[in-house]
Amino acid sequence: MPNLNDILILLPEAFLVAWACVLLLLDAFMEPKLRWTLHWFSIVGLLMTIYLVVAGQPDQAVTAFNGMFVRDGVAEILKVFALLSTALVFVYAKPYLIDRKLFIGEFYTLTIFAVIGIMLLVSAGNLITVYLGLELLTLSSYALVALNRDSQMSSEAAIKYFVLGALASGMLLYGMSMVYGATGTLDLAHLHTAAAATTMPHLLVFGLIFMIVGIGFKLGAAPFHMWIPDVYQGSPTAVTIFIGSAPKLAAFGMAYRLLATGMGDLSQHWQLMLACLAVLSLAIGNLVAIVQSNLKRLLAYSTISHMGYLLLGLVNAGPEGYAAALFYAISYALMGTAAFGIILALARVGFECEDIDDLKGLNQRSPWAAFLMMLVMFSLAGVPPLFGFFAKLLVLQAAIHAGFMWLAIVGAVFAIIGLYYYLRVVKVMYFDKPVDGAEIRLQGDVSVRLVLSLNVLALLVLGFSWGPLFGWCQRVFVG
Amino acid sequence: MIDPSVFQLVCFYAFAAVTVAAALGVITLRNTVHAVLSLVLTFFSTACIWLLAEAEFLAIALIVVYVGAVMVLFLFVVMMLDINQERVREGFIKYLPVGIIVALVMLGEMLALIGVRAMHEKVMGDNPATVAGMSNTEWLGHALYTQFLLPFEIAALILTVGVVAAVVLTLRQRTGVRHQSASQQVLVNPRDRIRVVKMAAVAPAAPQPAPGKETTP
Repeated sequence: MPNLNDILILLPEAFLVAWACVLLLLDAFMEPKLRWTLHWFSIVGLLMTIYLVVAGQPDQAVTAFNGMFVRDGVAEILKVFALLSTALVFVYAKPYLIDRKLFIGEFYTLTIFAVIGIMLLVSAGNLITVYLGLELLTLSSYALVALNRDSQMSSEAAIKYFVLGALASGMLLYGMSMVYGATGTLDLAHLHTAAAATTMPHLLVFGLIFMIVGIGFKLGAAPFHMWIPDVYQGSPTAVTIFIGSAPKLAAFGMAYRLLATGMGDLSQHWQLMLACLAVLSLAIGNLVAIVQSNLKRLLAYSTISHMGYLLLGLVNAGPEGYAAALFYAISYALMGTAAFGIILALARVGFECEDIDDLKGLNQRSPWAAFLMMLVMFSLAGVPPLFGFFAKLLVLQAAIHAGFMWLAIVGAVFAIIGLYYYLRVVKVMYFDKPVDGAEIRLQGDVSVRLVLSLNVLALLVLGFSWGPLFGWCQRVFVG
Repeated sequence: MIDPSVFQLVCFYAFAAVTVAAALGVITLRNTVHAVLSLVLTFFSTACIWLLAEAEFLAIALIVVYVGAVMVLFLFVVMMLDINQERVREGFIKYLPVGIIVALVMLGEMLALIGVRAMHEKVMGDNPATVAGMSNTEWLGHALYTQFLLPFEIAALILTVGVVAAVVLTLRQRTGVRHQSASQQVLVNPRDRIRVVKMAAVAPAAPQPAPGKETTP
């Protein structure tokens, strides 16, 4: 029977749910003149939840609600960074939303519900909680993509996302039902032992394949990447920045819970499958990105390749690999918010700053913006000594230690190919002449510009001192 | 007399085959009404399989909610899309054969289920509800509110998101639209409508000649 102790373990989630409901009511009944306070209300809610996550963290992993919910170190670190990147999204999104008349309370409510989905997903101890957390996250995301109803591109992106997402959820559920049929349990912790004793190993592997399809779709790994470019390009940039950051942490959390916790004994089966996904993602992501002229599409293909690197860490199937993949997911969440944050800050009414050509001569017009963008591009490309370099190094190392030397070589080769299109953006900013005299500068008030600068400079600082963060990532998988 | 367990197994495979065939029909038939009728059959056959597994509540809920309400609404929408009354009347007759086929398959499935029930044979193994000495519905309620409380609450959250999303994507607050507000009409104060002006009672001035009229001197 669930009791009060169960709810205390679930306190951060329960708090955020209550906060979201209050937000919903305030939005409905507040004077329109005072609506802008909801922005700060949402950010304060997220920061308080971070405090609750960290302060109430038990020394050892604990479960609640009959093992449905697990609170351990992995969940803690993922939740902290998911909440943090969402708070950053709120800060960056405000000027953009106001300019486009999308500054409505529902943006905040839906995003917070999506974050609750992420928190439940990364803490899932049962196949049912995995699925429901995922649905909470994706359902909110579909609505967010369609938020700008008057834009045809947004509607098209939302429909594509919805149809493909529903298909992937169906695949995932089908896989889960097969696994349940083979083992007779939905509990991930018991699945581990039941999988070893099953009399139907083929059914189990069959279910595993479908679950990997679902994971691949949610990560956006090739060949299940079709939705990423259209959704990134079609959604309002304020939504793209969210979809490109925190849900990647959730996808890693889901892969870890399903594969490592639930299916760890079958690792010899899923290692090779993930390796294939990684190679395809690296190839498609990096090669197709070269020909893109739209900045958001370019970053979408770059996401696909980054998910390939994240999979390199998972292929290791050991604590070292999981730590490297977790570190990579965190680094990508920070880099993604920074990259899209700069695009958001440069955009203004009638100018989306979506094309690479829009950045021509940025250095002459706004040197600071150009410098920040250069740092982010170098970090995404993996140029030392930035954060992205060490993240790449660690996943390549994890792949080599697992005996996948060829995979590490492929990863390194594609890192060099990827360098080309990131450097092209830098070249356009620093060496091309501006097309017209149009002004382009960082929009928003001082707080937005300050937070954005801090976010980008964090990539530099974490590049020099990545040890403590990686140490945290390693600790959670050892204990 | 056939062996009850064999009969039950045959029924299971027959229901499963009908489900898969009808589901294929949903996505391959070009006629929308036929596709919806196939979907009805798919749901019905699934419910029959659940009845075989002694999950009575789920089976009944599926039929009442999906077949009874959702699909019938769906069917009406699809058939009424073409507003022309003549065409609709034609439609009912045109779709009758497919409807009858679906109904006959359903009847066959029901008869088979009655047959299984009459034989009192268990093939699927022990049902946790019967072991606990409860009815299926009661056991489901117990499971939902104890063991599966957290998923149940998350599902509630998902429904909340569904409501918020539906409102934000469909509600349009257009400005400049003239509309009546009943509550404001009821609450109106007579004093705001009529102002009684006190005036001194004086005889009206002599009528002046209407302007524009030519008078001959």
